[in-house]
Amino acid sequence: MIKAVPIAAIFIIGALFVPLLKGKIRSSYILFLPVLAFIILLNTPEGTYWAFNFLDYNLILGRIDKLSKLFGYIFIIWAFLAVLYSLHLKDNVQHLAALIYSGCALGIVFSGDLFSLYIFWEVLAISSTMLIWARRKRASIHAGFRYLLVHAVGGLSLLAGIVLYVAETGTPEFGFIGLNGTASYLILFGFCLNTAVIPLHFWVPDAYPESTVEGAIFLSVFTTKTGVYILARTFPGTELLAWLGAIMTAFPIFYAVISNDIRRVLAYSLLNQVGFMVCGIGLGTALAINGAVSHAFCNILFEGLLFMATGAVLYMTGKSNCTDLGGLYKTMPITCILCLVGAASIGGFPLFSGFISESMTISASAKENLPIMWFILQFSAVGVLHHASIKIPFFTFFSEDSGIRTKEPPFNMLLAMSIAAFLSIFIGIYPDVLYKILPEPVDYVPYTLDHVIGKLQLLLFGVLAFCLLIFSGYYPPEKRTLNLDTDWFLYRKPVQYGLPVVHFIFGGIATVMGKIFAEFFPRVLGNIVAEPLPKTKAMLSPMGVSVLIAMAFLSLLFIVFALL
Amino acid sequence: MEKQRKKELTLFDKPRNRKIVILSLYIALLILLAVDLVIHRHGDFPWETAPEFFAVYGFVACVVLVFAAKVLRFVVERKEDYYD
Repeated sequence: MIKAVPIAAIFIIGALFVPLLKGKIRSSYILFLPVLAFIILLNTPEGTYWAFNFLDYNLILGRIDKLSKLFGYIFIIWAFLAVLYSLHLKDNVQHLAALIYSGCALGIVFSGDLFSLYIFWEVLAISSTMLIWARRKRASIHAGFRYLLVHAVGGLSLLAGIVLYVAETGTPEFGFIGLNGTASYLILFGFCLNTAVIPLHFWVPDAYPESTVEGAIFLSVFTTKTGVYILARTFPGTELLAWLGAIMTAFPIFYAVISNDIRRVLAYSLLNQVGFMVCGIGLGTALAINGAVSHAFCNILFEGLLFMATGAVLYMTGKSNCTDLGGLYKTMPITCILCLVGAASIGGFPLFSGFISESMTISASAKENLPIMWFILQFSAVGVLHHASIKIPFFTFFSEDSGIRTKEPPFNMLLAMSIAAFLSIFIGIYPDVLYKILPEPVDYVPYTLDHVIGKLQLLLFGVLAFCLLIFSGYYPPEKRTLNLDTDWFLYRKPVQYGLPVVHFIFGGIATVMGKIFAEFFPRVLGNIVAEPLPKTKAMLSPMGVSVLIAMAFLSLLFIVFALL
Repeated sequence: MEKQRKKELTLFDKPRNRKIVILSLYIALLILLAVDLVIHRHGDFPWETAPEFFAVYGFVACVVLVFAAKVLRFVVERKEDYYD
């Protein structure tokens, strides 16, 4: 059935008709697209579809195997829930961008070669930026530009890597690459940037809290999880990734504790969760890969649920800072309960989905006899509980009453959250449903007595620590401040001090060139031809940065071709 | 007005209900500690089979996390308009 139409096209081409529709017809139409895609995927046996030749290379748009099918299922389910959540929106830009964004994520999942992957990759970056800009606030516009530029750098690195890789191996096949030579490092850099692997993670807490309420639901899932999928395909068993992933689980937790914006806390918890996946991929054993993939599946549901709940609070109250919120359980009880389900799932409480997936990766590190990694991961498991399971619901819905009196969010939001919550509990109770579709055969039983007791001890004593710290006043108070992250030394400071230098050098070049081409040549030519040309200097106003980017791109291309 | 305010003092505003929540947490913790002594533990590392290991680690990890975060805040905290 997929022979009829590739799944990515259902979303991307389907999105183009959105501006023509209105009201209920548009609502049913955008809900229908993911349903159609799901039915098609369900009825497509494994195999290769939509392959065609382009310039002697074999391009594949439909590679269906266990791994891509699993990610396809969850991406489509999530696209459906996120569309349902944003159904009340009248903003066509967001509907359009969100559908194209989801389509590109699916395009990457099903592509079988690096060229088609790259095209989807770039459109993914652009369409997701729209979801940040669509908030139409100054901070969002700025954050969106930073987000776009960061991804442009990642995209260039990936492109350079792909060109080198294809020249070396002669095939653009999207399969195992492994760390081996310049090409693979360039590709890994590009992939890691999208997956937000530390220290390239800064764009997540920078941009996601500035996106629209509805956009964050899409953003929180597609970019980083496509990254996880790609890494699982291309770099499984890379030791570097295992350690980066382990650090990535722990590092963001500290930031989450001292961040004020609940959506920023969630962005840091997203990094911590992706850390478990990256670590599993880096370990590379069957158990670890299963752990990484199943955690991606479960995490999309409960992390997204938390983004939905905090988004609903922002939508109804216009506030998302811990300092402004509190006591909302009185007026938003349903949202509060749904948020608690998400919180329990992300914390990994037994009977919730986090329990059956997170522990696989931790167990894999033990089986590989890596005690330090095991301690880091267990520490992070408590840390998740602390910032995501306790901090977010506590400061939003409980804590000191902020005096805000509001209502429950619109029905479509509640429905989307309820489905996500139901699925989180369902998978937690019946893990076999998920285990059956994992890429490797599963030999793992989550519900053993000692595992349940151990996990409960770990979590509840973490809760005890939180309570005692709050009561004793040692818990760091919520403050209206911002916290510097790695972007400070990676580009914020360099740009601040570097930009004048860049302006001086390239602006200088532009001025000299302007003098030559806009003044000197026209004058010389003016002496030759009868009528002097109009002065073109005005068109060549200072353009240092754009010249720099163009120069950087050209020199990168030059280096790539020189290496060929 | 006064009546309405009183009406809003529900659930967790009442000190008694807060006490019940905290008390049930303590009871749950005690039960977990007791059960852990009885069951047989499996594990890949020796400390995983030690009694009450996860309880101690969970508590210590959380305390360390919060104090380390305080130190981190001291280093990275800036005013809200730092980048503007």
